[in-house]
Amino acid sequence: MGLTQIFASILTALLVGAWMRGTRRVFSLLALSILAVFWFQPAVPLRSFDFWIPSLSILLVVLVWFITSNAGAWKSRQNIIGLAVIAGVMTLVGLTRYIFPDPVLTTTTPPRLILVVGFIVLASVAITAFTTLSRRLALTLSFTIIVLLAILVILKSPLLSLQLSIFLRELTGRPTDTASALDLRWLGFSYISFRLIHVLRDKQTGRLPELSLPEFTTYVVFFPSLSAGPIDRAERFASDLRKEFHLTQDETLLAGQRIVIGLFKKFVIADALALIALNDTLATQVRTTGWMWIVLYAYTFQIYFDFSGYTDIAIGIARLVGIKLPENFNSPYTKPNITQFWNSWHITLTQWIRSYFFNPFNRWIRGYNIPAWTMLLLGQLATMFLIGLWHGITLNFILWGAWHGLGLFLQNRWSDFAKKRFNINNPRAQKALHIGGVLLTFHFAALGWVFFALSSPVLSFNVIMKLFGLT
Amino acid sequence: MSSPRLLPVLLKATLLLVIFNFLFILTNNVPFGKSSLYNKIFPGRERFPFGENQRGYNLSLFNLDAMFAAHVLVGAPKADDEYRVILIGDSSVWGTLLTPEQNLAGQLNLQNISACNKNVRAYNLGYPYISLLQELMILDEALNYQPDMIVWLTTLESFPKEKQFGAPLVANSPDRVKQLIAKYQLPLDPDDPAINHPTTWDQTFMQQRKNLANLIRLQLYGVPWSATGIDQFYPATYERAQTDFDADDSFYDIKQNEPLRDQLSLDILDAGLHATDIPIVLVNEPILVSNGVNSDIRYNFFYPRWAYDEYRVMLSEYTAQQNIPYLDLWDLVPMDEFTNSGVHLTPFGESLLAEKVGAAIQTTCGTK
Repeated sequence: MGLTQIFASILTALLVGAWMRGTRRVFSLLALSILAVFWFQPAVPLRSFDFWIPSLSILLVVLVWFITSNAGAWKSRQNIIGLAVIAGVMTLVGLTRYIFPDPVLTTTTPPRLILVVGFIVLASVAITAFTTLSRRLALTLSFTIIVLLAILVILKSPLLSLQLSIFLRELTGRPTDTASALDLRWLGFSYISFRLIHVLRDKQTGRLPELSLPEFTTYVVFFPSLSAGPIDRAERFASDLRKEFHLTQDETLLAGQRIVIGLFKKFVIADALALIALNDTLATQVRTTGWMWIVLYAYTFQIYFDFSGYTDIAIGIARLVGIKLPENFNSPYTKPNITQFWNSWHITLTQWIRSYFFNPFNRWIRGYNIPAWTMLLLGQLATMFLIGLWHGITLNFILWGAWHGLGLFLQNRWSDFAKKRFNINNPRAQKALHIGGVLLTFHFAALGWVFFALSSPVLSFNVIMKLFGLT
Repeated sequence: MSSPRLLPVLLKATLLLVIFNFLFILTNNVPFGKSSLYNKIFPGRERFPFGENQRGYNLSLFNLDAMFAAHVLVGAPKADDEYRVILIGDSSVWGTLLTPEQNLAGQLNLQNISACNKNVRAYNLGYPYISLLQELMILDEALNYQPDMIVWLTTLESFPKEKQFGAPLVANSPDRVKQLIAKYQLPLDPDDPAINHPTTWDQTFMQQRKNLANLIRLQLYGVPWSATGIDQFYPATYERAQTDFDADDSFYDIKQNEPLRDQLSLDILDAGLHATDIPIVLVNEPILVSNGVNSDIRYNFFYPRWAYDEYRVMLSEYTAQQNIPYLDLWDLVPMDEFTNSGVHLTPFGESLLAEKVGAAIQTTCGTK
């Protein structure tokens, strides 16, 4: 989200929070969120894909709602209006082609209206067919999860993205020699897919409460958290949405404070640090160990202020409309060990992975007769691999995951070992240990960022060698 | 504790913003640019900050104070045995596509020559954009830093009257331009519309925020500059200087049969050459002499032959008349030793130039 989009979001959130009550508030948030899916979508070089990609996001959301809601739920008044709002907003975005000489809600001119209407009709037929089929097949939920994961894998894998881009370019008669893995930038899909998988899994385990289409859709594509999270839980989000909300002065001030802090973090601190933060180019140019540490520190703080700044902005804007999004950061660089670091860095992603991967994985692995430490190592490594892969399917993200997986395992082992052997009661020694732990954890996380920031393992190892004065 | 009310908070915030903005106007004469982390935390830059490519860890700004404050010249205490030579000129002196070691100042310093029994240390005060007035502005400021000699490299493109206010640094330094015009009694209009005279609104914090941000960015770029020694983006490939031309003999709007001298700002050059008692060597810098299509009409993209030949005669006569040390090195460098422009040299081209300039520094030392 750029500054224009942030300020437009703040303004519309203020209007909704101040004037919209009850279902009008829900429908307003639905309409705004659908609009945001189109407006926030970055430009893609394939013709009209900046319209079709958001349309596919919406189709997936509505489809998942249909297969997770009770049979016939769509016939309720609220859901029919919800469907009308979604179709109406999409049509409106399509209509801007005829109203404005230049694109206003999309980066390029939307496709012809007949195509937009055709898409809506086809989507309705597809949803109806799939839902009818899904009522008879228990595997539909699992199948949908696999489809979502497959899309995520394609989008996160540079090689597969490139192949898909070439295929789409051939299909649309565009030159393939300029195809790039970045051609298919699907705004917020990492978050959208994880929210949808959460809902599908909860449906499978019978924990999903009934949500209306407007509630469900707004939850998945809620405009403040569309591009950078946090990943809320559907039932928590819906409970906020159902509460009577009236924007008070106190609430406005608190939200405003949070937004200002977020803007400062992102657009002043993070953007300034970005000028001097570690990247592929600097990695090969920095001449001395000392300066390499400085550019690494710059990256370490840049990524924190960037991400936590966006989170603050999202939380602040959401607060203006009565939604209390969960916290995503809790001073992670001040934690004395890596376990606590991961409990305070991208908290909602960690919780999601814990709920839907780590815990089931641990339950599954317990069925095998292997030593406890091996189970722990496998669990930590697999979990952190997954978090790494969520950021991108590259060797460097895998190495970053492995770094943290091993770190978590070693810290756990050390903690168990130390607890049994050392009993430090001296407050000064405890404080010194705490400070030492914070410094060690900070530097462990910082060294991990080397893999995250750079594009190749060779480059990363060269930087690490330089950091320790070995080259 | 009761919470503050929203409306008074917003009103107070707006009022404070307005007051702050207008109070900021009072700081108009505060030379913020002189405060710099360069030469304190970071080493001074070998040449002025210039560039718009983030990969070069550099930026262009219109603040001569900040440009000097970031330069190594300001932070370098002059040793007793230092013979301080300041190079003034355009992008060819600044060193487009050349590292600080490859450009003229770098190559002169690598020569380890001495003059007047002192060690020559050359400082690069070249700056891209071609305008004699810009060069005079830099020269005038440079005199505050104890030079023993000035080497002023110039070319015809710097001379046309219509170009003098065109350089962004000049156009955005109205007070300095006014002072220069008064100090050197230049026949220029300080209220020329080409100069950006800021209104009261332009001086508010809101309007000055980009300039302030640039000052901060310049300090931040001190980190990569210190860490890498890189101050320019070097593209892997670039378009070579043009060697084939249309059959066009025009030079600005000046016709071949019109007196060229009347259209050039020789008075600015004259002011600069008489601005100090220390020796100033004037160099007519090398240009690309093409042998391509229509090279009988034009030497290069910039110059038709007639205009450039006339300019050389003019400069030669002027320097002889004024007894000014002068090197006419226009055809010193072969055509292949130019990079992306008819005045930008390769490292080898620079070495040819450095040899001549180095010799001139040694022979001219102490002559004035």
